[in-house]
Amino acid sequence: MSSTPTATATQKEGRSEYGVALLLLVLGGWAIVDGLSLTDTASRGPVSAKTMPIVVGVLLVAMAVLLVIDLARGGRGEAEGGEDVDLSHGSDWRTIGLLVGAFVANALLIERVGWPISGAILFFGTTFALGARHYVRMALISILLSVGSWYLFFLGLDIKLPVGLLKGIL
Amino acid sequence: MDGINALIDGFGTALTPVNLLYAVIGVVLGTAIGVLPGIGPAMTIALLLPLTLRLEATQAFIMFAGIYYGGMYGGSTTSILLNTPGESASVITAIEGNKMAKRGRGAAALATAAIGSFIAGTIGTLGLALLAPEIVKLAIKLGAPDKFAIMLLAFIAVTTVLGSSKIRGLASLGIGLLIGTIGIDRSAGGQQRLTLGIPQLADGIDVVVVAVGLFAVGEALWVAAHLRRGHAEVVKVDGARMGREDWRRSWKPWLRGTAIGFPFGAIPAGGAEIPTFLSYALERKLSKHPEEFGHGAIEGVAGPEATNNASAAGGLVPLLTLGIPTTATAAVMLGAFQSYGIDPGPRLLSDHADLVWALIASLFIGNTILLALNLPLATVWAKLLNIPRPYLYSGILFFASIGAYATNTSAFDLWLLLIIGILGFFMRRYGLPVVPAIIGIILGPVAEYQLRQALQISDGQLSGLVNTPFSVTVYVIAVILVVAPVVIDRIRSSRAGDGDGDGTHHVPHLTPQSANQEGQ
Repeated sequence: MSSTPTATATQKEGRSEYGVALLLLVLGGWAIVDGLSLTDTASRGPVSAKTMPIVVGVLLVAMAVLLVIDLARGGRGEAEGGEDVDLSHGSDWRTIGLLVGAFVANALLIERVGWPISGAILFFGTTFALGARHYVRMALISILLSVGSWYLFFLGLDIKLPVGLLKGIL
Repeated sequence: MDGINALIDGFGTALTPVNLLYAVIGVVLGTAIGVLPGIGPAMTIALLLPLTLRLEATQAFIMFAGIYYGGMYGGSTTSILLNTPGESASVITAIEGNKMAKRGRGAAALATAAIGSFIAGTIGTLGLALLAPEIVKLAIKLGAPDKFAIMLLAFIAVTTVLGSSKIRGLASLGIGLLIGTIGIDRSAGGQQRLTLGIPQLADGIDVVVVAVGLFAVGEALWVAAHLRRGHAEVVKVDGARMGREDWRRSWKPWLRGTAIGFPFGAIPAGGAEIPTFLSYALERKLSKHPEEFGHGAIEGVAGPEATNNASAAGGLVPLLTLGIPTTATAAVMLGAFQSYGIDPGPRLLSDHADLVWALIASLFIGNTILLALNLPLATVWAKLLNIPRPYLYSGILFFASIGAYATNTSAFDLWLLLIIGILGFFMRRYGLPVVPAIIGIILGPVAEYQLRQALQISDGQLSGLVNTPFSVTVYVIAVILVVAPVVIDRIRSSRAGDGDGDGTHHVPHLTPQSANQEGQ
């Protein structure tokens, strides 16, 4: 909370923090509306099925309001540090976008083409997003990991990940 | 001493060849994953949880024990050899340990951390074995109002003690409680709550998905957005060993650290952060070489590392006797217990005595394996720190995806994982601590159940919540927790003008920064 308001980027990020308050408000509102819509006939006592959603909703809405007040007074959430984290530059949205893309591709493909392929796409895509450019090495590791993990889960843990297109080969 | 007898039985279970193998696998995997930069103990357990999916409960518990201490130790290696810590409890280790490593004393720093962790872990686990049956004797008498009071205390403690901003802590708790409410309300009428009509949400969100999403995916996305350009500097070491002088300077801090850490871990207001600070301050005060502190004093590694591990052992006391997790790691473990249909609480020790004592015995065994492995393998672990970052964080996302999918073999869980991961990303970005959220998710439904019970017994009278001396005491403690920091702040700021600088002022500025991190 001891930020020095020098760069305009800082102020911009400060404004985007109102989005957090908005999210809390929306979540709180959702919980309250959902809670009120329940009709509880089965439970005895004052704590019905409605109570928890409404209490949580009120808590979230209250925190949304308090957060807005805190932000208006100049309060700021502290971004988390870490071993590989460099907070001196802003969030890299391109990387995030590519990562989410690879992740979505896996979620869409896993049951169509199977984990050995979709997992390889996931790993290749994420390493690319994170800046690796040794394409051959990336491809080899991706295939090794996805096929290896498929066998590990199948043979070692008796969990069948989707085999998809490679059915009969693996 | 029924504890000792039960413990011997526990060793009988844990020492069969197969179970011993699971303990070794747990320790090795826990350490290997825990050493990786950016992976704290909570993420380690979350990522490894799917491996235990098809195991019997006993074997899964034995593996958890190994992973628990392995992940903890891995984190301290990272702090010593890389500059910044991955978890709040290792902040202090990072300060002195990394300075030692840079002065060419890395081997001694790793050794004092490993041996200190072993001693503290062993004494702490012994404390757990002796204390748990006694606490259960009291806890079994607790009624619903008492249990609800303890849970409320846990919520308040985790939001007010740990965070730098109470509003953000409470907001995070609220998000956790909200996620915990999703699904069919089993105790009242079986209605679907907050499911948006999606059938897959009726059973609630699986703990693996939540834990992996918040800790693994959220963290990986967050780091990816801010990936340090250029290489983080890893200090080279050639092993882990210490000389006679190091032993002489380490053994007292180990024991003092254990004495500080265990009780702090055992009270449901814990976290290892405050006791490690205390241990550090104490060692500096008692040291004959106070001038070395801040430049790599071995006492500054030995004390806090022992504290950290003793507090981890202490944290298992409320987890196994009351079903209250005090840290993120404990919360993830509690969630794992629940997925085995085991309800942690005062009855755990009587209903599943064999399981619990096998777990405790495995903690001793895991601790010993850890020491035997880590002194010779320190250089191997150190090599893991050089893994190229793109592969590291891709690996986290890759294994997070397998874990989430394998839980229910459903692609729906992958979408949930992404949503929760994005939530975790924004929580890190805007300083909402993650620990209250995970505790809210796991403990929320239990607290609701106890509240309902308490008010049914009292026929709806709110006084039914405070009609036992125990619950009143707990509420008083909760109020003190809320009020005391405010009062202390006032006093401190009114004194700030004096500027006497008594030495303790060097440390406190670290607290808010570390408070937003993962907890242990």
